[in-house]
Amino acid sequence: MNKANLLDRRAVVSSLLANRKGTIAVGGLGASTYDIAAAGDNDRNLYLWGAMGGAVMMGLGLALAQPKLPVVVITGDGEMLMGMGSLATVGLQKPGNLSIIVLDNECYGETGGQLSHTAGPVDLVGIARACGIADARAMTTMAEVEAFAASLQDVTAGPRFANVKIDGANLERVLSNRDATFIVNRLRGSLGFKPI
Amino acid sequence: MHARADASTEQTAAWPEEIFAILQGFDVRQVPYVPDAGHSQLIERVLGSSSMRGIALTTEEEGVALLAGAWAGGQRGVLLMQSSGVGNCINMLSLTQIFRFPFLTLVTMRGEWGEFNPWQVPMGSSTQAVFELAGIKVLRASQPEEVREVMEAGASQAYNACTPTAVLLSQRLIGTKVFVK
Repeated sequence: MNKANLLDRRAVVSSLLANRKGTIAVGGLGASTYDIAAAGDNDRNLYLWGAMGGAVMMGLGLALAQPKLPVVVITGDGEMLMGMGSLATVGLQKPGNLSIIVLDNECYGETGGQLSHTAGPVDLVGIARACGIADARAMTTMAEVEAFAASLQDVTAGPRFANVKIDGANLERVLSNRDATFIVNRLRGSLGFKPI
Repeated sequence: MHARADASTEQTAAWPEEIFAILQGFDVRQVPYVPDAGHSQLIERVLGSSSMRGIALTTEEEGVALLAGAWAGGQRGVLLMQSSGVGNCINMLSLTQIFRFPFLTLVTMRGEWGEFNPWQVPMGSSTQAVFELAGIKVLRASQPEEVREVMEAGASQAYNACTPTAVLLSQRLIGTKVFVK
């Protein structure tokens, strides 16, 4: 792919969350979490710093628990590949309010840029579609990202899956909170749940 | 020792009904599972329930992450799996400590009590230790008459005290799987 055609990951995530309203955002570990933090801290951000492969499933648990709220999972290709079976599980459950966006730089940026499977023949959009996620697309322009961001608010038309090829350059880390107990209780509090 | 037949011909036992009633009493809503013959009666009850959602998984670790998300969204859940699936969960079990969420799993045991299949023995033998190393409290029921008490204790400490808990259902309880040519 021509590098000039690759989107900027921070611009993509900022666009996805710009008019988020009550949306819950789950960030896969690594750069995706930094991108969400860079777009602005929010009580409804669930930042992951570990549990690789679990981002989509956490999003599914949230989406089933809060069917009236949009839930968006923003993760990377490496994290998505580790939890590929979860796309089959989402395809079976078909939560209308769940959207999954993969920021695909075709490599493991946190660990030295080793190539991931998506640099080869692996097509995550095709996998998502074959798992029963009918609305599965590749996005290559910011106009498509903006249209996708608006569609997140429709909690009846999901699940959705989008893969965005992004520039592989490592950006300055924007570190989110990493105390998971704080993060999850803050999110629960914003939904009206009290501590035990 | 009693034997268990295929799930389709298994007789209805009382203890899976007791487990179901306790889960209902604790307002459990999400029930992720990887099927096991020992859980078949409970899974059927969950799938037929209007208040619970049975969620089939491709691998057990998905269920740990799902339950963390469910808790973040205000719902309780329980993970149903077989002892061989416990090893698939190890890294994801970190979530039970760092989120300090009410994790409860019910594990049907293989690899003990008259096991026929040697491939089940290594993971079945280390199931309890794996949980304990991962910071999960382990309770066990081996007789039908103790299931209710053990389940109530497990659900109470998980949901009321956010103490991650595994309830092991012994092969002696569920019956040794019979392999017939």
